[in-house]
Amino acid sequence: MISIFKHKNYPPFWKEYVAKFKTKQPKTIKETRFVVFDTETTGLDIAQDRILSIGAVSIFNQVIDVGDSFEIYLKQNEFKNETVEIHGILKEGSISKTPENKAIEKFLNYLGDSVLVAHHAAFDIAMLNGALNRMNLPKLKNKSIDTGILYKKLEGKKDNHFSLDVLCKEFNIPKHDRHTASGDAFITALLFFKIISTLKQQRTLHYSDLFRVSNKRGLI
Amino acid sequence: MKNTIAERIYDFLKNFPPFNVLEKKQLFSIATQVKVTYVEKENFVFKQKQKPHENFYIVKDGAIGLYRTLENEQILVDICDEGDIFGLRALIQGDNYLLNAKAKEESILYAISIKTLKEIIETNDKANKFLIASFSTNIRSPYAKNNNGHLFANEDISQANKSNLSDIQTINYSKQPITCSKNTSIKQAAEIMCTKKVGSILIIENKNPVGIITDKDLRLKVATGLFSIQNKVSEIMSSPVITSHAKITTAEAQIAMLKHKITHLCITKDGSPNSELLGVLSEHDIVVLHGNNPSVLVKELKRATNINTLRYIKEKASNLLEGYIEQKVPLLFILNIISEINDAIAIKAIEFSINEMKIKPPVKFSWLALGSQGRHEQLLITDQDNALVFENVSEENYKTTKTYFLKLAKKINNKLHFVGYENCPAEMMASNPKWCLSLNEWKNQFNNWITKPTEKAVMMCTIFFDYSLVYGDGNLVHKLSENIFKSIHNYEIFLNFLGRNALKNPPPLGFFRQFLVEQNGDNKDQFDLKSRALMPLIDAARLLTLSHQIKDVNNTIYRFQKLVEVEPQNKDLYLSCVDSFKILLRYRTKQGIKHNDSGRYVELNNLSKSEKLKLKGCFGTIKDVQELLNIRYNLSQMM
Repeated sequence: MISIFKHKNYPPFWKEYVAKFKTKQPKTIKETRFVVFDTETTGLDIAQDRILSIGAVSIFNQVIDVGDSFEIYLKQNEFKNETVEIHGILKEGSISKTPENKAIEKFLNYLGDSVLVAHHAAFDIAMLNGALNRMNLPKLKNKSIDTGILYKKLEGKKDNHFSLDVLCKEFNIPKHDRHTASGDAFITALLFFKIISTLKQQRTLHYSDLFRVSNKRGLI
Repeated sequence: MKNTIAERIYDFLKNFPPFNVLEKKQLFSIATQVKVTYVEKENFVFKQKQKPHENFYIVKDGAIGLYRTLENEQILVDICDEGDIFGLRALIQGDNYLLNAKAKEESILYAISIKTLKEIIETNDKANKFLIASFSTNIRSPYAKNNNGHLFANEDISQANKSNLSDIQTINYSKQPITCSKNTSIKQAAEIMCTKKVGSILIIENKNPVGIITDKDLRLKVATGLFSIQNKVSEIMSSPVITSHAKITTAEAQIAMLKHKITHLCITKDGSPNSELLGVLSEHDIVVLHGNNPSVLVKELKRATNINTLRYIKEKASNLLEGYIEQKVPLLFILNIISEINDAIAIKAIEFSINEMKIKPPVKFSWLALGSQGRHEQLLITDQDNALVFENVSEENYKTTKTYFLKLAKKINNKLHFVGYENCPAEMMASNPKWCLSLNEWKNQFNNWITKPTEKAVMMCTIFFDYSLVYGDGNLVHKLSENIFKSIHNYEIFLNFLGRNALKNPPPLGFFRQFLVEQNGDNKDQFDLKSRALMPLIDAARLLTLSHQIKDVNNTIYRFQKLVEVEPQNKDLYLSCVDSFKILLRYRTKQGIKHNDSGRYVELNNLSKSEKLKLKGCFGTIKDVQELLNIRYNLSQMM
C-alpha cells in the first residue's frame, strides 16, 4: 500500500523516465543507445561525498554524436578542499552550476532507457543512486556496463583493477581533459569501442556478454 | 553551457585547413555537431559505388587508405592521416563513391555533415576554395568547365595574414597634382614648380593628362639652351604619359616604372590617358613606402663602376627577395624584379669585361643566359649557366675571333663568380669552348641535337632551349631561334623524345606522415622538389610551346599563359599549372632561404599539414599535364 501511495507522488520526470522502460529493449549492440558517463565527486565515500559534475556522451550505431552529449556542474554544500586539485572544480567557480535535484532530472531526461557505460561503473551509479535517494526516489533502472570488467573479458587479462590511465596507455588513447567528467566520459567511450573491437576479434560477442557481472563489483 | 568535448574537437580542427580559416564561433558550432567514429583496422568506411553518407570525414587518429578497385585489384590512390579530409567529392557531386576507404590502422574519425559543410561553403569563400581544391585530384575530370569557381587553390588561399603586404596594397598618390595647360610658357611652369616645391608638373587638356615635365627636362632641354624659357611647355614635355587606375599596387607601379623607364605615373579616373587626371604617383612615393627598393637597386647598378658594387647589390637583392617571400608578395612580381636585377648585374659584368679587353669585340655577339636564368626563374643563386654566340666570320679570322670571345667569356664568368654566382659544375658556361660558338656552329649544334635525340642530346636541349638574350645583338639570337624552329619542324619526332624526357619523373601521390606515397618505388623521407615537381612543369611548358612554335617566351608561367590562348580547351589545366608552378617555386625559394641552400630537397618531417596539402594539389596538376603529354605524343608506345 505504502509503495503504491509513494509511487503516485513521484515527480513527472521520474514517471516519464520509468515509462521509457516499458517499450521493448533492443537486443543488439547496433540498435542500442549507450550513454558513456563519468562523475567528478568530492571524494570516494558514497555516503558522505557528493557529485560535482556529470559528463556523458551517447553512442549509437558505433558513432559518438558530440551533438548528443551531456555536461553539467552541480551546486553542492558539501565541499572538500583536498580533492579540488584532482577535479579542478571550485565551490564558487565561474562555471554555472545547477542544484542537485535539477541536475539529476536533466540527466535522467538525457539518459532515458539507454545502457549506462562507465569505467568502474558501480561507483558512479552508486553516487547517482545516492542523489536519487536524497530526492526520495528509487534507484536507476538502466542496464550498465563497466569498461573495467569488460576489459577483463579479454584473453590473458588478470583479475585486477585497472585505472583509466593504464588502459588509455594500453589502447593508445590520448588523455585529453583527464579528470573532467566529460573528458573522462569521452575517453571511456573510445576505450569501450576499442575493447569491443578486440573482443570481437577474439570470439563471437553476444550482446549479453557486455553487461556487468553482479557479484564482481568495480571499485568498491 | 560548457562543452568540454566540443572544445577539444575545436582545438584539433583549428589546426587544419579549411577549418583554420573559419571564424571561431563558426568552427565551434561545427565542433558541437561532430560525430566521432572508430574504425577497426582493415574495415571499410565506405566502398566504391556505394551511395554517399551524410557526412564527410576527418582523420583524428590512425590512417585511412583510399583504394580504387580495378579488375579485382586494389590500387592505393592515397593515404589520409591526421587532419586529412576524405569522402567529400561524392557528397558535393551527389553521386556514388569512386573509391574504397579502408582503415590501414585502427582509426578515429570525425564526421561532419553535408549540411554543416554547405554552411561553410556559403559563408566562407576561402574555405570554399580550399575544399574544392583539395578534392580536385579525386574528381574524375577535375578541369571540367562546369565546376564552379577555381578548382585549384589559388596561391593566396592559405595566406591568412593580410598585413605587411605593402607591395600588393594600393598606394597613396598625391591627389592634388600640380598642373598647367599646354600653352603655359616654360618659365611660368618652372615658377609654379618652385612655388609648390615639386619636381614635376603635369600638362592637362580638358582635365586629361597629355604630358609631363620634370626637373630633368628643364635641365636637359632648357638649361642646355636647346629651348628658350619663353617656349611653350608642350614643346619640351614628355608625351604621352603613362597612366594607371587608382587601384594600382606598389608592385604594379614599380613594374610599370621599370618597364617604361619613368619616374612618374599618372592616375586617371578609368586608368587610360583619355580620362580625368586624379593624381600622380612618383617613384619617390614608393621609396618612402619601403626603404629597400628594387628600382633603387637597379639604378645603383646602372651607376656601378666596379665589381664590388655588383657584389654588394647582389647581396641586397637577396635581402629583398627574403623580404618579398616573407611578405608573400605575388611571385610573378618577385620573378620580374629579381630577373631584372640579375640581368642588370650580368650586363654590368660584361661591360666591365669588355672595357678590360684591350680591343673592342671584332664582330657582333650575344650573351645568353640558359636554364633557370634564361627562363627568368632564378630566385636563389644557383649555378651560372650561360653561352655566347658570335657572328659568322671567315675561316682565316675564326681562330682569333674565338680566342677573343673565349678570353672575354672567361673574364665575365670570373666576375659573375665573384659577385656570387657559382660556376656551373657541368661547365655550361660561355668560357667553355663548346659553348662559345659562331652562329653557324650553334645552328649545327642544335640541328645535331634535334636530329640525333640521344638521351644526352635531349637533356642538353632542355637547358639550351631556354636561352634568353642578356647582352648584345638581338638579331643573332633571332636567327638562331628561327633555325631551331625550322629544325624541329623538319624533324617533328624530336618533340616525342622531348616528351619522353618530360615524363621521366612522375609526381608522387601524396604524403603519409614522413613518407611520400609513391605510385611505385620506395618511400623516402626527403623529397626532390626540383626534379619531381618543378622540372616536370618546366619541361611540359617548354615542349608544348615548342610544338606551337611560340617564340620568345621562356618563362614557365608566361609559357602556360600563352598556352591558355592557343589551347583554350585546356585553359583550366594550364591555369592550374601556373598556380602549381608559383606555389612550388615560392616554396622552394622559402626553403632555400631558410636553409641557406638551393632549396631543392625538402625534409618531409618539417612540412606542415597545409604545406603538404598544397604540394599534394600541385602533384595532381603535374599528373594531369603529364597525362596530356602522354596522350598527345603517344608516349606510352615509346616507353
